[in-house]
Amino acid sequence: MKRKAIVNTDLCVACGCCVRVCPKSAISVPDGVFAVVDSALCVGCGKCAKECPASVIEIGGGAE
Amino acid sequence: MKQRKKWYDYLWIFSLTYLLLGFVNILFAWLGMICFITPLVISIVRGNKAYCNKYCGRGQLFSMLGGRFGLSRKHDMPKWMRSKAFRYGFLIFFFAMFFVMLWNTYLVFAGGRPLSQTVKLVWTFKVPWHWAYHGTLFSDGVAQFAFGFYSIMLTSTILGFVTMLLFKPRSWCVYCPMGTMTQLICKAKK
Repeated sequence: MKRKAIVNTDLCVACGCCVRVCPKSAISVPDGVFAVVDSALCVGCGKCAKECPASVIEIGGGAE
Repeated sequence: MKQRKKWYDYLWIFSLTYLLLGFVNILFAWLGMICFITPLVISIVRGNKAYCNKYCGRGQLFSMLGGRFGLSRKHDMPKWMRSKAFRYGFLIFFFAMFFVMLWNTYLVFAGGRPLSQTVKLVWTFKVPWHWAYHGTLFSDGVAQFAFGFYSIMLTSTILGFVTMLLFKPRSWCVYCPMGTMTQLICKAKK
């Protein structure tokens, strides 16, 4: 069981607010189009979801 | 665990200084070109949004006011404001207004119209701004561009400030025309 950040890449504005707040450096905006979560690093803390001005990040998952 | 601050985390000082300089001498408005050209060059050359992600001073300012100073309600933006239709629509509107400003500058430059020493807020309200004008060594058009450009910068700061209060701190980033445009450039490059 592991909850992690999931980005709605279609509505992401690639501002990078999530990158700034991630304590694990698990999220990045590699090509300037949308944010990408490294699921191996993400601990599902939800800081990015709270910060995201476009509200496109959800904490989900669970069963693996 | 907080990440160590980098030099570019202080670029909000530049944005704040820029806004203040517009009250001192309007010609400083020309410096705002940096905020237009840098993101475009980065997105075209590097194919990323490093400007938004790291260097944008305005974003940092809103993040600080809404975050550390607690001025933001931190509510979700309404869905329509986050839609592509609104974002692209705002980009087009912003550009149309930008070209109107360039046209007005041209008219003054060509001598067809006198210099208007006003700052136009939210594309509607003309505010007297002669007290920040101390003459120009060049054509009046140079000063007209400064008034027009500062109008755009101040207007977008006001819009961003209001949405910072109402919604998330960096709500401006969602509909920022430069952000939308650089994202489109990155998309095209991908």
